[in-house]
Amino acid sequence: MADKIVVKNLFVYYGKFQALKEINLTFTDRKITALIGPSGCGKSTLLRTLNRMNDLIKGVKVEGEVYLDGENIYLNNTNLVELRKKVGMVFQRPNPFPLTVFDNLVYGLRVRGTNNNRLLKEIVEKSLNNVWLWDELKDKLKKPALSLSLEQQQRLCLARLLAVEPEVILMDEPCSALDPIATGKIEELMFELKKEYTVVIVTHNMQQAARVSDFSGFLLLGDLIEFGETGKIFTAPKDERTQDYITGRFG
Amino acid sequence: MKKIIHFRVKPRIKEWIIETLIRSSAVIVIVSLILIFLFVGKETLPIFFSSEIKQEVNLNRLFLPQARQNEKFVWQPISTVPKYSIIPLIIGTLKTTIIALLFALPLAIGAAIFTSEFAPTWLRELIKPAIELLAGVPSVVLGFFGLIVLATWLQNIFSWTFRLNAITAGIALGLAILPVVYTVTEDALSAVPNSYREGSLALGANVWQTAWGVVLPAALPGIFAACVLGFGRAFGETMIVLMASGNAAITSLKFTDSVRTLSATIATELAEVVVGSAHYYTLFFIGTFLFVFTFINNILGQWFVQRLRKRLHGET
Ligand SMILES: Nc1ncnc2c1ncn2[C@@H]1O[C@H](COP(=O)(O)OP(=O)(O)O)[C@@H](O)[C@H]1O
Ligand SMILES: [Mg+2]
Repeated sequence: MADKIVVKNLFVYYGKFQALKEINLTFTDRKITALIGPSGCGKSTLLRTLNRMNDLIKGVKVEGEVYLDGENIYLNNTNLVELRKKVGMVFQRPNPFPLTVFDNLVYGLRVRGTNNNRLLKEIVEKSLNNVWLWDELKDKLKKPALSLSLEQQQRLCLARLLAVEPEVILMDEPCSALDPIATGKIEELMFELKKEYTVVIVTHNMQQAARVSDFSGFLLLGDLIEFGETGKIFTAPKDERTQDYITGRFG
Repeated sequence: MKKIIHFRVKPRIKEWIIETLIRSSAVIVIVSLILIFLFVGKETLPIFFSSEIKQEVNLNRLFLPQARQNEKFVWQPISTVPKYSIIPLIIGTLKTTIIALLFALPLAIGAAIFTSEFAPTWLRELIKPAIELLAGVPSVVLGFFGLIVLATWLQNIFSWTFRLNAITAGIALGLAILPVVYTVTEDALSAVPNSYREGSLALGANVWQTAWGVVLPAALPGIFAACVLGFGRAFGETMIVLMASGNAAITSLKFTDSVRTLSATIATELAEVVVGSAHYYTLFFIGTFLFVFTFINNILGQWFVQRLRKRLHGET
């Protein structure tokens, strides 16, 4: 089991507000790691440090190191485009662009200068197949992506990401806008994904974390309280606060 | 008991009053529009129905080439043989409008993209009010600027035969429509949800690619609406073209010739025209033409914006 991402002594501030305190953890290659914890505890913040999306927010200060395959991504000369090519993200609300299904899927490729139409078509088919959307959408490639159902939109966003062949997939509550059936589909998909990708998922749904993840980290008020194998965290948590949270006594 | 009733009724009356006020103001706007159209339109009827007027001016004379050597399209309503072709006026209007759009659209849209996507906050706070201030400049001042300052600059650079021409007037006109195009475009860009930008950046696009590939398409309906508005404004704007165009009704496709626009023609001639003459009715015909043209422009524009929106967002 190889370490894909290693987070060392990470502190994150929004202005004066300390959102993450001394975070140390490791994300394992080709495993699903869940970040759990009550609202506002810093799950999204932690997730967004992994592809440096936090850089977009004004007044954010990040201290510490994050290593991707052994290389610190918080160096001044880190190539953000390359980083985000390797570490892709699916957002809480499906956010397909107001373009056609096809143009959404090839967006990431076009941005990188891939314009060969045959190649693009191949990749579109492949990535739609990967999220089990090809049969549903193969005749709708020229339709606006926003005319799809929410669940299709979310899978499209995932396909759009898979098209650029990332190594790590970050998911910030990817099912929170979806109904249980759609959620089931996405979860099933995650099992497929971890064969090839390192997946990090933020969720405040305990069952979901227990169902899909191999490792879990429990955050509380910016502290990483506990981290370990999901089985252990959910059956025999070491910390009382973790125990309280997963049994639903607070949060 | 009394108190309760008092409490309940009061807000209802208030609501009713407000609702009625809003509704009646909408009705007033629509009714006055119709009345304006009817009044102006009524004065064009003799051109179609009075046999006396029709001898002097009719649709054929207004629009079609006349059998005169080198004078197929001439606007000369007060010569011994009045000539009423409005083709030179339409050409003049189109020429100034095209120049105005060529000048203003790229500038306004570029500035809007810059302020909404690239500029740091302090610069945005500077540019936005500055451009919006331009909207408050009376058009007569812009016309004056075009006539005196702009015309001299351009003359010094290009040494045109006519100091006042379609280009001078068009640029001054462009200054007048720039703020409205800018404001509407900026609003459209700011209304693009940040989740699109984040999605694009997270896929490894840079800010330029994000602006071009996602933000612009998302805002396209709004930007198109801004252009339609700008076109309508430029087409009907009067004072600036009156002052800076040279005001000569020449039928020529050259942009360096002086021009006279439809609106400027009404403004210059209506005050001195003999009421009830062919000339008088023709000026009203031009007014109606402007009205209808602008109206159709706006309707088509809106229709197109809807279609665009549907195509992008899949709304039904
Ligand atoms: N852009 C921001 N500016 C200021 N504070 C923020 C910002 N984003 C998040 N926070 C704060 O940081 C804390 C952690 O937020 P977040 O990571 O979004 O939590 P979670 O995803 O666990 O709900 C919260 O207290 C939140 O209010
Ligand atoms: Mg969150």
